[in-house]
Amino acid sequence: MNTLDLQAVGLRTINSQLHSLDPQTNERDWLITNPLGQHAIACGLHTPLTITIDGHVGFYCGGMNAEAHITVQGHAGVGVGENMMSGLIRIKGNASQSAGATAHGGLLIIEGDASSRCGISMKGVDIVVGGSVGHMTGFMAQSGNLVICGDAGEALGDSIYEARLYVAGSVESLGADCIEKPMKTEHIEQLAALLERAEINKDASTFRRYGSARKLYNFDIDHADAY
Amino acid sequence: MDDNIPRVSPRASETFDQHTLSEIRRAASTGIYDIRGAGAKRSLPHFDDLLFLGASMSRYPLEGYRESCGTDVILGDRHAANPLQLKIPITIAGMSFGSLSGQAKEALGRGANAAGTSTTTGDGGMTAEERDHSELLVYQYLPSRYGMNPVDLRKADAIEIVVGQGAKPGGGGMLLGQKINDRVAAMRSLPQGIDQRSACRHPDWTGPDDLEIKILELREITNWEKPIFVKIGGSRPYYDTALAVKSGADVVVLDGMQGGTAATQTVFIEHVGMPTLACIRPAVQALQEMDMQRKVQLIVSGGVRNGADVAKAMALGADAVSIGTAALIALGDNDPRWESEYNKLGTTAGAYDAWHLGQDPAGITTQDPELASRLDPIVAGKRLTNYLKVMTLEAQTIARACGKSHVHNLEPQDLCALTVEAAAMAGVPLAGTSWVPGNQPL
Repeated sequence: MNTLDLQAVGLRTINSQLHSLDPQTNERDWLITNPLGQHAIACGLHTPLTITIDGHVGFYCGGMNAEAHITVQGHAGVGVGENMMSGLIRIKGNASQSAGATAHGGLLIIEGDASSRCGISMKGVDIVVGGSVGHMTGFMAQSGNLVICGDAGEALGDSIYEARLYVAGSVESLGADCIEKPMKTEHIEQLAALLERAEINKDASTFRRYGSARKLYNFDIDHADAY
Repeated sequence: MDDNIPRVSPRASETFDQHTLSEIRRAASTGIYDIRGAGAKRSLPHFDDLLFLGASMSRYPLEGYRESCGTDVILGDRHAANPLQLKIPITIAGMSFGSLSGQAKEALGRGANAAGTSTTTGDGGMTAEERDHSELLVYQYLPSRYGMNPVDLRKADAIEIVVGQGAKPGGGGMLLGQKINDRVAAMRSLPQGIDQRSACRHPDWTGPDDLEIKILELREITNWEKPIFVKIGGSRPYYDTALAVKSGADVVVLDGMQGGTAATQTVFIEHVGMPTLACIRPAVQALQEMDMQRKVQLIVSGGVRNGADVAKAMALGADAVSIGTAALIALGDNDPRWESEYNKLGTTAGAYDAWHLGQDPAGITTQDPELASRLDPIVAGKRLTNYLKVMTLEAQTIARACGKSHVHNLEPQDLCALTVEAAAMAGVPLAGTSWVPGNQPL
């Protein structure tokens, strides 16, 4: 494993080095030490690397990630995995707001809690939160799966499109156009597979499913009060 | 009634004029607000309210067609390794594939290329066609992040973070379902045929402190090569410009309320924001106070129509201007040749603004293949090139008359205002006086 000391070499050197690696490189395993909560660590990666960050990270860690597997051995700031395209990001601790915002693909795992707006405008990513999430989670979520093993704050799934939300605990309230939907066998099987991929030990049959009522998909003045 | 008594002629209300009455009747009939494209149509203080003074005893003019007058501009050399180098100070504003046809986007690229300037994507991401047809392409980073991906981000020549736009500062957008074909839907990761909302604020940052970090992230992803523009609507230009600069912007794009939109509520377009003319000097003041004028470039947009407008914007402190509506008109939008079809849509050439409905007879603001095929991108692109060249020549003509060897050398002292309002907004003297309202007591 190669080691990069962020305190010693700085953010630019680390990201530049990781970006410059050839897709066929044998140097796939990297350890970043002393992250010191800095922002934009390991963002924009586009190679199947395995990155371990030994500590807490600031905003946008793993932003726009493609193919890389990133593990943060601590907590993450705002927008972890924002707009990620593929690969995997695992946060061993908690995540701040807007985790996985607008992400198109891949798997984002937050083993602890996530703050507000987790999965906002998500576009195909799978997100698994081991703990609870804050308000407005799944706001305008377009596609993908968001799994919440704990509780969800107010206005879950507000203005949701086609994303699927799974919650094991309580839901404080649902947002506009978000409804509970039947948990069919296919959903339990899909969720179980996702939990297994995320290495989260939780019984899929204990979850409830939420999604869009699709009543706000085309503007109708008679639904104006729902906005 | 006694016919011998003279009668007062019928008097229409200035307050309740015919347009207002028709809107009340429309609202009462439908129960929904009016939505349209384009920018503010109401009468506003504008560049027409300014005049250039020209050379005189105290100014030495340059010879037209003989002495050179530069028009090139470099955008984004504050932090970016590869700033944009344009031959003319007129760029093409952000307009999306989705709101515009593929042919229109291609025509914009072709026209801009030949004139030596840039085009800009819009909400919905970057299409391969527009990348191929635009030698210099600015990639908009919008709140919706429709189609946003790191591959296209790295293909861009610059990145424009959109905070707001002049037609609707503080507002999002809506692409109605009838314009969402399979391709547009796929680009936006949403089902075909449903209304697609464009969020009014970014999902993962709020405020300038966060924006500074967001800009850092975008620079890291793109290896600090791309200029970062920040686009703001004409709302609080002094503070917004200062905060954009503080956040690390290389270029500030300032869009006044005459700037167009693909679709927004009419009440929003006409009643929120400030006229372009009122926005420029406060923004320039902010740059000057931060010692950032010419270091952070200012692009002004919103109602720029001709070379005089270009020259006036630059005299007030802009480094370049951007055009959207005018570029569409150059392509063929609202052309009288389609008058009979505009009439069928209940409007007339010059007033057509239902850009959101996808029925554009000119084939520009549509996704209908039959309508879109009416626009020849090569011919339309050539028209845009011609128009850009005329605007540039006009700006040069004025600059030479003011004794300037580069359009950037135009200055407020070259201007006077025709109205008190314009004088106050532009910070130049009322014509025939030395009075700058707001700066000096009467």
